[in-house]
Amino acid sequence: MQFPILSVIVFTPIVTGLLLLLFPGERKQAIRITALAASTVNLVLSIYAYLAYEIGGPRYQMIEKIPWLPKLGISYHVGIDGISAPLVLLTGVVMFTGVLISWGIDDRPREFFAFLFILATGVFGVFVSLDLFMLFFFYEIAVFPMYLLIAIWGWKVTREYAAMKLTLYLFIGSVIALVGALAMYFTAGMQTFDMLELEKAGFSLGFQQLWFPFVFLGFAVLGGIWPFHNWSPDGHVAAPTAVSMFHAGVLMKLGAFASLRVGIMLLPEGAKYWMPVAIFLTLVNVVYGAFIAMVQTDFKYVIGFSSVSHMGLVLMGFATLNRNGLIGAGVQMFSHGVMTALFFAVVGMVYDQAHTREIPKLGGFVKRMPWVAIAFIIGGLVSMGMPGFSGFVAEFPIFMGVWRTRPWIAILAGVSIVVTASYVLNVVRGVFFGKMPAEFEGHITDVNVLDKIALVVLCALLIGIGVFPSVMVPLVESGVDSVLGLLGGA
Amino acid sequence: MDFILDHLLSLILFTPVLAALILVFVPKEKESFLRWFAFGASLVPLVLTLILWFRFDSLKPGFQFSERAIWYEAINSSFHVGVDGLSLTMVLLTTLLTPISVLASFNIKDRIKSYMILFLLLEMGMLGVFLSLDLLLFFVFWEIGLVPMYFLINQWGSEKGEREIWGGRKVSARVYASFKFMVYTMAGSLGLLLAIQMIGVVSGTFDIQEIFKVWPTIEGTLFGLPVSTVKTAAFWAFVVAFALKVPVWPFHTWLPDAHTEAPTAGSMILAGVLLKLGAYGFLRLVLPLYPEQAQAYAGVLALLATLAIIFGALAAYGQSDFKRLVAYSSVNHMGFVVLGIAAAGLAAGTADAEHARIALNGAVLQMFNHGLSAAGMFFLVGVIYERTHSRNLEDFGGLFPLIPIFGGILMFTSMASLGLPGLNGFISEFLVVRGSWPIFTLFTALSMIGLFFTGAYILKGIKQVLHGPMNEKWVGHLSEINRREIIVMAPLLVLMLWIGVWPSWILDVINKAVQFLY
Repeated sequence: MQFPILSVIVFTPIVTGLLLLLFPGERKQAIRITALAASTVNLVLSIYAYLAYEIGGPRYQMIEKIPWLPKLGISYHVGIDGISAPLVLLTGVVMFTGVLISWGIDDRPREFFAFLFILATGVFGVFVSLDLFMLFFFYEIAVFPMYLLIAIWGWKVTREYAAMKLTLYLFIGSVIALVGALAMYFTAGMQTFDMLELEKAGFSLGFQQLWFPFVFLGFAVLGGIWPFHNWSPDGHVAAPTAVSMFHAGVLMKLGAFASLRVGIMLLPEGAKYWMPVAIFLTLVNVVYGAFIAMVQTDFKYVIGFSSVSHMGLVLMGFATLNRNGLIGAGVQMFSHGVMTALFFAVVGMVYDQAHTREIPKLGGFVKRMPWVAIAFIIGGLVSMGMPGFSGFVAEFPIFMGVWRTRPWIAILAGVSIVVTASYVLNVVRGVFFGKMPAEFEGHITDVNVLDKIALVVLCALLIGIGVFPSVMVPLVESGVDSVLGLLGGA
Repeated sequence: MDFILDHLLSLILFTPVLAALILVFVPKEKESFLRWFAFGASLVPLVLTLILWFRFDSLKPGFQFSERAIWYEAINSSFHVGVDGLSLTMVLLTTLLTPISVLASFNIKDRIKSYMILFLLLEMGMLGVFLSLDLLLFFVFWEIGLVPMYFLINQWGSEKGEREIWGGRKVSARVYASFKFMVYTMAGSLGLLLAIQMIGVVSGTFDIQEIFKVWPTIEGTLFGLPVSTVKTAAFWAFVVAFALKVPVWPFHTWLPDAHTEAPTAGSMILAGVLLKLGAYGFLRLVLPLYPEQAQAYAGVLALLATLAIIFGALAAYGQSDFKRLVAYSSVNHMGFVVLGIAAAGLAAGTADAEHARIALNGAVLQMFNHGLSAAGMFFLVGVIYERTHSRNLEDFGGLFPLIPIFGGILMFTSMASLGLPGLNGFISEFLVVRGSWPIFTLFTALSMIGLFFTGAYILKGIKQVLHGPMNEKWVGHLSEINRREIIVMAPLLVLMLWIGVWPSWILDVINKAVQFLY
């Protein structure tokens, strides 16, 4: 039997998390080191899985299938394709860097890391699930710890409100999607939740058109689709740094990925029918999100709304239902994940020192925290779609895809690029350059070496993909091919 | 040796990046090493360009020294570079001005390491635009050059001055200028980006040579609109992006701010090379891709160019800030480049094609010449600013006896800029005017008004700095131009005279390229 690499990736975090709970709470250093070790193992394995995926080989690879509830047709069925492989890698990267920058958490680190790791298992699980039931199962595992992480360790001002709002939004979204999934299960009549089987179910046109919005929107809530994006900036801002990184970096991809995997891939005809509406909603995301980000004065809210804008591009890429758009969306999920993790890491580092996130009250941090400033600038350039960075590699095909379906949407969405540039430059200027307010003089110190490692890893990925798109694009393209196959070669 | 010759363009393009990467690992205390290393590294592309120049066969049509490598396969974009006479001239200008500007920056004391790294990256961005034979790659380099320039202005720009922005908030002038530079250019390139995407979608490739073949054959409707409408929209998208960079009136308002606030070497590169990117875009892309639209709207372009020439000169005359005066002179001089391009756009393929070629020869040579003289002028302004901490013309006066060598160099460079026969500016402006006259007689005649005011503002600058009653406060405080500064100016002065007296070495290359292209 081959080494069950995906299962190891999925269950390492939760096992570690449960183990951590057995540690005595005061042995904080041991807890941190265990957490770091586990996340390193996960990172290495996810890199291995990424590299071992054979482009041009079978569609799903590293498959494991074990019957679980055979009567109901539920099995533990996992595997990765060209779209989920980068996302597994992304989760590994965000988990690793998230642990590094959470080293300083002093309030119950045991529980913090335990919950974070349970969440990670849920995320990995969704990305590799090939069984609809398992997908929901992991999805809920991913959402619930988020509530605790925000409510307990979050920003004191809004944490209860934000945690509640976030959980309710996502819960309602997943229930709506679940209804759609059950409808598929019963209509198919194949007594299986296996998605590879359901793809062949041949749902009628009317069925697909009826249920697609439920499934797609239910998941897209977690992807931050307008007008259901409202939970996300509040959630991002209230969450502690590592959780924001996970949340914006990975969790939103979870929603986008599931809306592709379950919505578009299982109900392709429904997707074609609803495409004009979806593309319009995402246009609002892209442009409106950028404008709202521009008028924020709270550093973290700027980033929060920029996520809404950028995730809009991912969903817009999906909505094009063509090769360019889907490739771009696939790369954008990875690129935005890394970028926004970097952003929230930077916000956290600044906030830890300054204890404020109001941009007008900050300034001049480049002198004290040069690494952080450079990392933020790199992330900012990615965000504004500057060529040479991964954002451009991702956004360019998305726009090309939109040109192929709705040219005027491409033109309107283009506005967001300039708006993004202006808010990024404003933040760079307001936080890192200019004069440092007197109250910070002498207090601000540079970040430690663990933080620097995290920043370097994230920046290297952003530049690497930007300069050499071929390290990721062919992989995503192979995944897109199979989606296009389901869409009837559109 | 074979390896070098086979990858000459890649080496020219990426040596600066390699050098910048090495600099990252040099400790920032080693200031003099950082300076000399950056200078040495920027000489390598110059040497390679000279090899390229002598090995380039100007009699062969098409692109030479082409290299192609896989880059972004999924959307059919590749790393494809090559040179013809047009790009070769611009590459020479870039690789020549970069070491000169690095040498001119030896007086920078603050964060030398970051400064030099940004400067080398800037060189890569500019060279990339001139070398790219792939539309996407062109755009990549087009945008990427903005980033280092933004930071050079924002961080090392002049420290004085404040500007009020909306809401009555005050920001320092360099922050205002750099932000305006970045956002203007990005907004301008937005249309370019969208048009490039559209062309990529329509022709299925980004390779410029293939697009030249496919694009004109497209007929019928695109996106539900007649092809000519789509092409006209794309034409204007390209024109706005490039016109912003040149800059053509009325898109020029970012320029005086950016040029005035940038550090001296930044202004040198900005005026010397960055403005040429826009003109190069017109020549490389707009004229070949949109011949019909170029013909239809050439009058508009010529009008704007004429207004740029006249208003640029008048605005320059009205300045009391020496650096701002030089900045506006760029609007004036680059107007001639655009006038030549507009003439070529109207007349290409008609009976006047021969005149159009003359105008284009002039336009390309004017790009090169303005690169030399603008870089020189900005440097000289920088030299005097460093000594007096003033750019206000009122503060100077009668300085010639105090600093005779500087005075001589300033006089010489000003005359080149003015277009004195025997120096380089005359040749190129004459060619433009000679070529455009039969095509746009009225506009060319009107541009002569601009030429008159060119004389006026140059003389005003010289008079207020060098002549008139001596401003006594500088006696004993003003030191003569030093050896390093003379070395910076020397190659520029030599070339100005050389092209003025014997232009054929460069005009031959340009002329052949123009013949092949139009």
